[in-house]
Amino acid sequence: MGRYVIRRLLQMIPVFFGTTLLIFLMVNVMGDPIAGLCGDRQCDPATAAQLRTEFGLDKPVWQQYLTYMGNVFTGDFGTAFNGQEVTELMGTAFPITIRLTLVAIVFEIVIGISLGVVTGLRRGRPVDTAVLILTLIVISIPTFVTGLLLQLLLGVEWGVIKPSVSPEAPLNELLIPGLVVASVSLAYVTRLTRTSIAENSRADYVRTATAKGLPRRRVVIRHLLRNSLIPVVTFIGTDVGALMGGAIVTERIFNIHGVGYQLYQGILRQNSQTVVGFVTVLVLVFLAANLIVDLLYAVLDPRIRYA
Amino acid sequence: MLLEVRDLHVEFHTRDGVVQAVNGVNYSVAEGETLAVLGESGSGKSVTAQAVMGILDMPPGKIPRGEILFKDRDLLTMKKEERRKIRGQEMAMIFQDALSSLNPVLTVGEQLGEMYVVHRGMSRKDAKARAVELMDRVRIPAAKERVGNYPHQFSGGMRQRIMIAMALALEPSLIIADEPTTALDVTVQAQVMDLLAELQRELNMGLILITHDLGVVADVADKIAVMYAGRIVETSPVHDIYKAPAHPYTKGLLASIPRLDQKGQELYAIKGLPPNLLHIPPGCAFNPRCPMAQDVCRTDVPPLYDVAEHRQSACHFWKETLDAR
Amino acid sequence: MPEQTPDEAISAAGAGGPTDLALAEGDSLEKTPGGPEGTGPDTKPQSLWSDAWRDLRRNPVFIISALIILFLVVISIWPQLIASGDPLDCDLGNAQQGSQPGHPFGYDGQGCDVYTRVVYGARNSVTVGICSTVGVAVIGSVLGALAGFFGGWWDAILSRLTDIFFGIPVVLGGLVFLSVVTSSTVWPVIGFIVLLGWPQIARIARGSVITAKHNDYVQAARALGASNGRMMLRHIAPNAVAPVIVVATIALGTYISLEATLSFLGVGLKPPAVSWGIDISAASQYIRNAPHMLLWPAGALAVTVLAFIMLGDAVRDALDPKLR
Repeated sequence: MGRYVIRRLLQMIPVFFGTTLLIFLMVNVMGDPIAGLCGDRQCDPATAAQLRTEFGLDKPVWQQYLTYMGNVFTGDFGTAFNGQEVTELMGTAFPITIRLTLVAIVFEIVIGISLGVVTGLRRGRPVDTAVLILTLIVISIPTFVTGLLLQLLLGVEWGVIKPSVSPEAPLNELLIPGLVVASVSLAYVTRLTRTSIAENSRADYVRTATAKGLPRRRVVIRHLLRNSLIPVVTFIGTDVGALMGGAIVTERIFNIHGVGYQLYQGILRQNSQTVVGFVTVLVLVFLAANLIVDLLYAVLDPRIRYA
Repeated sequence: MLLEVRDLHVEFHTRDGVVQAVNGVNYSVAEGETLAVLGESGSGKSVTAQAVMGILDMPPGKIPRGEILFKDRDLLTMKKEERRKIRGQEMAMIFQDALSSLNPVLTVGEQLGEMYVVHRGMSRKDAKARAVELMDRVRIPAAKERVGNYPHQFSGGMRQRIMIAMALALEPSLIIADEPTTALDVTVQAQVMDLLAELQRELNMGLILITHDLGVVADVADKIAVMYAGRIVETSPVHDIYKAPAHPYTKGLLASIPRLDQKGQELYAIKGLPPNLLHIPPGCAFNPRCPMAQDVCRTDVPPLYDVAEHRQSACHFWKETLDAR
Repeated sequence: MPEQTPDEAISAAGAGGPTDLALAEGDSLEKTPGGPEGTGPDTKPQSLWSDAWRDLRRNPVFIISALIILFLVVISIWPQLIASGDPLDCDLGNAQQGSQPGHPFGYDGQGCDVYTRVVYGARNSVTVGICSTVGVAVIGSVLGALAGFFGGWWDAILSRLTDIFFGIPVVLGGLVFLSVVTSSTVWPVIGFIVLLGWPQIARIARGSVITAKHNDYVQAARALGASNGRMMLRHIAPNAVAPVIVVATIALGTYISLEATLSFLGVGLKPPAVSWGIDISAASQYIRNAPHMLLWPAGALAVTVLAFIMLGDAVRDALDPKLR
């Protein structure tokens, strides 16, 4: 187990640098990092040159990247467009987005897996067909459309929720946005769990468990579910990235001042420090989530652990 | 009688139609007795066993007719919960492929101990201690150290021993072993078979040994039931059948075993394929492959004729078969 | 090691590679006794495809989705067939008006005819979907197959590369990469999707090639001295194609959805391009007064994505007998 963890950690290092380099290049080479610094006007050449020297933009790109990464590791993400430290923005934005994402993951796990188990054990029955069709529809409707529709129905028409979330974003206001963020993944989790349960329920070891005279509940929960969850856990891990994307879209719709909002502002005002900073941290979060899932995977499946 | 199966029918409802897997099987096992059930894959031998254990998938499986009497109680009319308690405690099953039949994500200790936790209400710790005892009993070396290992960390023979240990955990009175040695190396086969036979004697259990390997049967079985297309075609005490088979199918099976004294001769093979259970041929199901088939075989289903004491054959021409050696 | 990356576990569970097919066949023997045993396996490669095609033709889901897609493709090429107006011909005087004769879907916030814009919007969605999928499938399967076939350094480099691209969440990457683009054509969006999308197919292609490579008959061909190129084309490629097709078809729907999402966020297609995502984004400001502006393009988008995902589902079911 220890060796497995170390191996995964080592594999993450090049991925982290590769990913951040890619993003850094995109922003700094394809875009113009100082374009947003002179307000709406074009910078005049003298000011532009001065700004370039100030930010070290006249140096080769690899040097800029190294300097930037050096700063990142000392906790310095630079300054945002309004003069605030990027880290300060992060301090307010990340807790909100993390809360939103956690709500989404909880929905995904609780609803997705239970629906998957129920349908997987009742393949071909009406409840299975109904859920299957429902998941297909949910998958087909992009998150932003789901969000707008729920906002229209629950917020505007029926007044069940507030159409926009207040700045502190308390948990109860995040329930519907969280559901929106989770929607597509939730449907995938349902389908994946269903397939996995249906497949494993014909497995020999499930037959053995029944032959041992275990109660049905125990057969399902202890023997069937645990094996069936292995691919589902993997999916949820790789899906954290999609959840982040969903969070960005959903924050926009419900006016939640989280990471998506800040990132969006940064892009709108062409503030590369904010963008690269936030994205770097998000990539870190994503990689960390994948690591956690890999570990969970190893806990669930001893064949991986001892490989 | 420990177990009596009477006129058992099992069918599967599939997309392509109704598969008639078992068509009126009768057999019985007494305490301490070993019954070998012989047949090709698709002959219904495993399905019958699964019906006895109560682990058939229903649906698509269905039991339209028959009785399964275990200690004089009909398992088929029993309440689900009652039936469950019999499984594992009073009858247990050993499967062919131990690697896939053991749960890959639980340690063997957990899987063995589970029997005691569920059926005896033991604590996990006590159950683990019992699991070690069980592993000792089936002669797994270093049981204490290996109790926390996972199935994939054992060799094939050791895994099958664990399956046996699991079946024996609660000292049931009936064991059903479904091709217990087929997946093993030849050298290991004998060891596992010997172990099973020895434990059976020790505990005076009834044993149903399902196999397609006539070689295994001779050493351990008391009597034999040969199945074909969901029916029993011949039953006999074990030694009589080797001396003189009373059904052409059994005869074909025996003739297709390679023998040292026939070196150089062409090996006999039963011609044709096993029947499609969606469309079992009318009359005797074996007639399209039978070298002795007459018109009557294509129209009349042969009943089980009494051939000798404790011997029956479902062949219109059992006499001729017996005589034509 | 890369062999055990989680994604393959998914592809094994979801898409089902050749190994799974083999497994499924083996264990169905005892469970559905009888049946035409002993026939079939020899003719498997052909029968997989012809069986799949026979299944598809009888599957109502496939027929419905194929018809919808055919319709979408036709109106993408000739939108004039069913919409006489010009999507850019707008009159602010009509802004936000509801349904009226000749304009069944009403007008949007700029006074453009919603019906015409919905019809014309199909072209960009379908173009992005198809071009991205073709690009992703070609690049992904070539790179993945090479890595799987040759192994060693090729494989190590490709595995790390795919890890890097997987490290960037798509919408996030889109915000960063596409925000610097000013072109209003579909090409930057397609380029971006191909850039971040190919690793998904590459992993699947690599996995199936590795599986196929270890099949006995491929080993036999190698032992008989078949050349690398011949092995790839004749023995390995046919086996690796099915999972790639399945994943690519489903991905097509998600790419259309992705384009709309990016356009909604303002970084995908940009006006004057006509896109459902742009229209939905614009309509979201008027959601209280004129929800029709939102519902029509959103409905068109959902039906389109649904059609492609249903098609992918049907194809997967047809190519994966395990799920029957």
